[in-house]
Amino acid sequence: MHSHFVLMALFAMFVSLVFSVLAKDTVREQARLGGLMFAGFMLVGLAVAWLMYPFPLR
Amino acid sequence: MSPARATAAEKSQPGGLVLLCLAAWAIPGIGHLWLGRRAKGLVFLIALPLMFAVGLALQGRIFSFDASDLLTSLEAGAQLGIGILYFLAAPLGFGKGDIRATTYEYGISFLIVAGLLNLLVVIDAYDVALGRK
Repeated sequence: MHSHFVLMALFAMFVSLVFSVLAKDTVREQARLGGLMFAGFMLVGLAVAWLMYPFPLR
Repeated sequence: MSPARATAAEKSQPGGLVLLCLAAWAIPGIGHLWLGRRAKGLVFLIALPLMFAVGLALQGRIFSFDASDLLTSLEAGAQLGIGILYFLAAPLGFGKGDIRATTYEYGISFLIVAGLLNLLVVIDAYDVALGRK
């Protein structure tokens, strides 16, 4: 389990799940908010990763 | 106990509210289960300890409070939010942290965020008990 992408997805899943269940009361609303939040986490994570691509590691 | 009865009981007894919050902090999701929010309680009961366990599996470190290091104390405070799992991890041999592991920082992030999310869950249980939600 050393893939950065898998760990980011796992982290996004846990946080989206807890936030959506906290914020909404019906399963439909929870699924919608959770899905949007998860997608947001992943898209922003990938966007930031690409923005950092030109920078040297050292 | 039905949600309405639990809420009324918590309203009438301030001591009950403290007990509810302590239970909700100690075991994630117990506060919601106590108040009759079974589905939400079960999700928290499974998801938050699992997130904490993933953090431990990723070689994350359980921090202790250190008066000379504010950042470490803040990390310990956030991890403490997960409740009794924070105290159980070290005696069971987990949470030593291996800084050489590539997943060390990820593990710490999982541990800290699991604790902070549980604190949000405690606040939510408190609001439900007061009838605000």
